[in-house]
Amino acid sequence: MERRKIKLGVLDRSILTAGYVLLGLFVAAVVVPLIYVVVASFMDPNVLNNQGISFRIQDWTLDAYRRVMEDEMIWRGFRNSLFFSVTSTLLSVFITLLAAYPMSKKELVGRKFFNAIFVITMFFGGGLIPTFILMNQLRLVDTVWAVILPGSFHVWNMILARTYYQSISRELWEASQIDGANEIQYFFRILMSLCKPIIAVLALWGFVGMWNSYFDAMIYLNDANLQPLQLVLRSILIQNTPQSGMIADIQSTAEMAKMAELLKYSTIIVSSLPLLIMYPFFQKYFDKGIMVGSVKG
Amino acid sequence: MAVKRAAKNGRRTVRQQLLYVRKNWQLYLFFLMPALVITIIFKYLPMGGILIAFKDYNVRLGILGSEWVGLTYFERFLSSPDFLSYLMNTLKLSLYGLLWGFPVPVILALLLNQIRRVGVKKKIQLLIYAPNFISVIVLCGMVRMFLSPVGPLNQLLGTDMNWMTMPEAFRTIYIASGIWQTAGWSSIMYTAALSNVSKELEEAATMDGANILQQIWYVQLPAIKNIVVIQFILSAGNIMSIGFEKAYALQTSMNLPSSEIISTYVYKMGLLAGDYGYSTAVGIFNSVINVILLLLVNAIVSKLNEGEGL
Repeated sequence: MERRKIKLGVLDRSILTAGYVLLGLFVAAVVVPLIYVVVASFMDPNVLNNQGISFRIQDWTLDAYRRVMEDEMIWRGFRNSLFFSVTSTLLSVFITLLAAYPMSKKELVGRKFFNAIFVITMFFGGGLIPTFILMNQLRLVDTVWAVILPGSFHVWNMILARTYYQSISRELWEASQIDGANEIQYFFRILMSLCKPIIAVLALWGFVGMWNSYFDAMIYLNDANLQPLQLVLRSILIQNTPQSGMIADIQSTAEMAKMAELLKYSTIIVSSLPLLIMYPFFQKYFDKGIMVGSVKG
Repeated sequence: MAVKRAAKNGRRTVRQQLLYVRKNWQLYLFFLMPALVITIIFKYLPMGGILIAFKDYNVRLGILGSEWVGLTYFERFLSSPDFLSYLMNTLKLSLYGLLWGFPVPVILALLLNQIRRVGVKKKIQLLIYAPNFISVIVLCGMVRMFLSPVGPLNQLLGTDMNWMTMPEAFRTIYIASGIWQTAGWSSIMYTAALSNVSKELEEAATMDGANILQQIWYVQLPAIKNIVVIQFILSAGNIMSIGFEKAYALQTSMNLPSSEIISTYVYKMGLLAGDYGYSTAVGIFNSVINVILLLLVNAIVSKLNEGEGL
C-alpha cells in the first residue's frame, strides 16, 4: 500500500484523478434521480408542481403516503406480487436445482439428448400466440398458474447450477456412496449445504424477475383480483390513470391532477422499497454466484 | 472402426446403458422429470402451434382443422409498407443499444478496480447496482415524469419540450435509461474477473515501471478479455430478441414511428387485434432472423477462437 503511493508519478496521478471523476459522475447520475424521487414523494403537491423539489421541511408532507397506504388496489397488488414471487421462486429454484444435478454427471446416459432438449428452447419457441392458445386450451388463463408455471424451469440457471455442482469435489459423492447414501440423500443432505451462494443468487434473481415483470400478467390475468403490483403501477405510471379512490376526496380537477402527479412518486417508493432493502443482504453472494455464470458450462 | 472409436470415447454398450438407467432411476424420475415435463408442455407444445402462421385459424376448428393458407401472411407482412420500418426500428434499437451500452460496464469495472479501499468500493457497488432492482414499469414511469413538459428536466433547462412524443428522441431515451439501469449491475462480472488478477503480476508490472494505463492495457484487459468477448457475442446474438416490456412501456401514440418494434407489433396484431395467424408469422420471421444472426456470430467466434464455437 505504502510503496504504491510513493511510486505514483504525475501522469499516473492525473489519470487516476480523471478516472475517479468519471466514476463519481456515473455514481451521481445513478443516485441523483433516485434521491429526486424520494424527496419528491414527500413534497407538498403545489410546491412540487410549481418549483419542483425543495429541501425545506415545511414543504414536506406525508399526505401522499397516507393515500397510497390506504389504497386497497395497491395492497392487493402487493399481496399478489408477494404470492407470485415467493411461489414461483420456490418452485423454479427447486426444479432447476434438481434438474441440474443429473446434468452435472458426465456419465449420465442420455446427457447429450436431454441437454439438446433443454438448450433448443433457449433459441426456439412457439412465440406469443401459440403459447397463448395453449394456455387457453389448458384452462390456465386467469389462474395464477399461467404466470407461475411456464417460468418454473430456467435452462440458463440450470447451466449455472450444473457448473457450480461440477466445481464441488467428486470425492464427497464417492464417500457418500460408500456410506450407502442414495442420490436423493446425497443431494439434500450434502450437496445442497455446499450450494448456498448459487441458491441465494438464483432465488434473488427469481424473486426480482417475478416481482418486476408485467407482461405475462398483462396477457393472462384479466381478473383484477389476481393482478400483481406492476399492473397496478402500470395504470398509475404509464397509463396515467390514478386509482380513483386515492384522490376521490379532492374537489377541484387541478388539485386532483397535482395530487395524481405526487402520488406517482410515492407509489414508486412504496413499490420499489422491498427489493432495494432486500438486495444488499445478498451482496456477499453476488461475486461467487455470478462468477459461475461467466464460466461456460 | 466404429467399435474402436466407441471404445476410445469410453462409450458403453446398450446393455451397460440400460443397467445404468435402472440402477440410477432416481436421477431420471425424481431429478429430471419435473423440468422435462415443464419444458415439453410449455416450450415444445407451443412450437406445434407455429402451424397457425400457415393457416386461417378458427377457434372452433382448432389448429389442425383450420384451413391452409400457405405463405399468405408472410407475403402480407413483407409487402406491407411498415415492414421495413419495424425491422429497422428493431435492429437500430438493439444495435445502438449494444454499441453504446456494451463498453460502459467494462469501463466501470476498470475504474472500480483502481479503488484500493474495499469499504469504499463495496459502497459504490451497492449504489450502482440499485437501479437494476427497479422494475421496468417504475423505470419507465420515472422516465416519463422526468421528461414530461412540466417535469424536472424541463424545469432545469427552462424549456417545455415533450420528449416522450418525439420519435427522434425515443432511441436515446431507451438506450440512456437502459445504461442507467443495467450498466452497474453488468459490471459485476468484469469486477469479479479483475479481482482474480494476481497481485504479483500487478506488482511486477509496477516494479517494471508500467504506468496505470499500461497496467490496464497489458495486465487487466487481457485478464477479462475472454469474458468480454463471450458477453459481446451473447448480446450480439440476441439483437433481434430485444424485449417487449420496456419498449411497450415507453411507447406513446406520437413516438410510434421509431418505437414500434417487431415484438410490440406482434403483441398488438395478435392479442389486441386478434389476427393470430398473421401475428405468428411475423414472430416466426423475427426468430428466423435471430437464428441466422446467432449462427453467423457463432461462425465468427469459431474462426477467431481456433475452431471452438459457443
